[in-house]
Amino acid sequence: MTQEPLLQIQNLHVRFPVRAGLLQRTVAEVKAVNGVSFVVNKGEAFGIVGESGCGKTTIARAVLRLVDATEGSILYNGDDVTAVKGQQLATFRKKVQAIFQDPFSSLNPRKTTKDIIGEPLRVHRLVNGNDVNNRIKDLLELCELPARFAELYPHEMSGGQRQRVGIARALAMEPEMIVCDEAVSALDVSIQAQIINLLERLRKELSLTYIFIGHDLSVVRHLCNRVAVMYLGRVMETAGADSIFKNPGHPYTSALLDAVPNPDPEDEAGRHIEPLQGEVPSPSNPPQGCVFHTRCPQVMDKCCQSVPPLENINPNHAAACWLNEA
Amino acid sequence: MTLLQIENLAIDLTRGAQTHRLVSDASWQLDAGQTLAVVGESGSGKSLTALAVMGLLADELTPAAGHILFDGKDLLTATDDELRQLRGPQIAMVFQEPMTSLNPVKTIGYQLTEGMRHHLGFSAKQAKARALDLLEQVGISDAKRRLKQYPHHFSGGMRQRVMIAIALACKPRLILADEPTTALDVTIQAQILSLLSRLCSEQGVGLVLITHNLGIVARHARRVVVMYAGSVVEAADARQLYRAPKHPYTHGLLSSVPRMDTRKGSKLLPIQGAPPDPFDVLRGCRFNPRCQHATDKCLTDKPLIDHMAVHAVACWNQLDTPLDHTLNRPISNNASGETRNP
Repeated sequence: MTQEPLLQIQNLHVRFPVRAGLLQRTVAEVKAVNGVSFVVNKGEAFGIVGESGCGKTTIARAVLRLVDATEGSILYNGDDVTAVKGQQLATFRKKVQAIFQDPFSSLNPRKTTKDIIGEPLRVHRLVNGNDVNNRIKDLLELCELPARFAELYPHEMSGGQRQRVGIARALAMEPEMIVCDEAVSALDVSIQAQIINLLERLRKELSLTYIFIGHDLSVVRHLCNRVAVMYLGRVMETAGADSIFKNPGHPYTSALLDAVPNPDPEDEAGRHIEPLQGEVPSPSNPPQGCVFHTRCPQVMDKCCQSVPPLENINPNHAAACWLNEA
Repeated sequence: MTLLQIENLAIDLTRGAQTHRLVSDASWQLDAGQTLAVVGESGSGKSLTALAVMGLLADELTPAAGHILFDGKDLLTATDDELRQLRGPQIAMVFQEPMTSLNPVKTIGYQLTEGMRHHLGFSAKQAKARALDLLEQVGISDAKRRLKQYPHHFSGGMRQRVMIAIALACKPRLILADEPTTALDVTIQAQILSLLSRLCSEQGVGLVLITHNLGIVARHARRVVVMYAGSVVEAADARQLYRAPKHPYTHGLLSSVPRMDTRKGSKLLPIQGAPPDPFDVLRGCRFNPRCQHATDKCLTDKPLIDHMAVHAVACWNQLDTPLDHTLNRPISNNASGETRNP
């Protein structure tokens, strides 16, 4: 695989104002994303994992230009897209498409599959009127759905089939990059595996680049080349999918790994797990110093005062933890 | 000693003049103090079975056949009054959604002590003392202040801890936990489940863990019941079931989950198709349209299961190939029926 960067996120901050009172004055800020930088290379699947409130979905929405970055830049193919408008924005959105978590609410219940997939084709004038139906048929076939599904409404399909329609809609634009936000989380195990295999096949066949956001570590490890682990708006660790879970360089990654049970009773019987205590602090008032220090089992004095930088502990493996300093 | 025994339970849904059988021939049993997991995908009937045990089925759902024996007494023929005596001090339930299963307009203290005062005849003072003790047991600090608060003051994980405290309040002998951590983050999920397991084993409470997560089952359950489309398809001890599943569905499920210890790049082997619509009439084995090993017999005859067997399977063509988890695929591709010792 070539190591050509497609998307570069530099020091991204996204803050949401908290308004209160009669005059709706801003009384506080939620720091949803707090100084995040990473690079997604062409043709790779980049995973972002973390618990709810860690900012992973906000990053996805910032990349898709559904929320505005408060600070920092998002470079796509070298061009900053945080402020593009009009025609340029339309072109950018054609290249970067999304697949959402809930196939029940991300498809319009009053439209048939044909209309759902056909709409972007018409809006962006990608194919001639006569060819729309053929293109829809091809897209359905690509997502392993029979052509008769073109006439069905979302409620007539199962969750897995709906998710395939969502994927076909994203592919209609012939995008370069797809942002998958918890794209398989709502599906049953047997269906989830089908969709994972489909996503993998499509990435290879169409040379797509994925940003895959998830909370299920084993799914992310399976699908992604590289992974970033997030906590409370910051990247804690980033590395290749294999090495990050084999040799975690951050106590939070280790704790996440401990929390995930392996589907193997014999393996589980031999594990001694100390679940992480406490809960994620509020992002409107994150702790001083390392944001993880309130729950970290290996906390030191230094952690409460200053924020550890994200530094390489190996080539291609960076972690933000003072423990690695020694 | 058997605490709960479900025998050939069937649950029907009545809509107008039509009846649909949503659960058929569900049988399993739980010994006192044991942890049993009921696994299945959505629509497999696992939650309905639990609701039937609690006598909480919605009006249009009726238990149409079978028995639910708790301590030898059939709950399906029990009167409402008798059930009321059992719910709380004998059988308790932890629901999936801690957001909706707590009453938003009553304090946590009220909801915790209600059962104790009603069932155990505790005075307000006694009940409060035990409530404080329970909150500490489930790891909620500053319990005194917390008792006066309302559910909206609590985070999701905290609410689920309160649910567990309520379930334990009247010292039941059986707890049914229906997807108790599905709505929670992984680190909170690990906290809650190890808490629930530990408290149940310390206090000798039988635990039925209803889940779709095969990892949770592996970590917490000794015995596993697998349900598919309203029927039990396999029941065995967890280690046996995971090492050498005999039903093609269980086999397919275990091959579908990505694991942390597989070789990178190994392919998942999903089950083709989707579970049947509960309203469709399907002859023979309900799994036959998705089964790679289906034979003519599977299309016509429903396979029976010997519920008393240590490893019970409802399949005409039981598999005999152990799974090799490191490759995420069976050791050999032998079709069913061929003998091969693990």
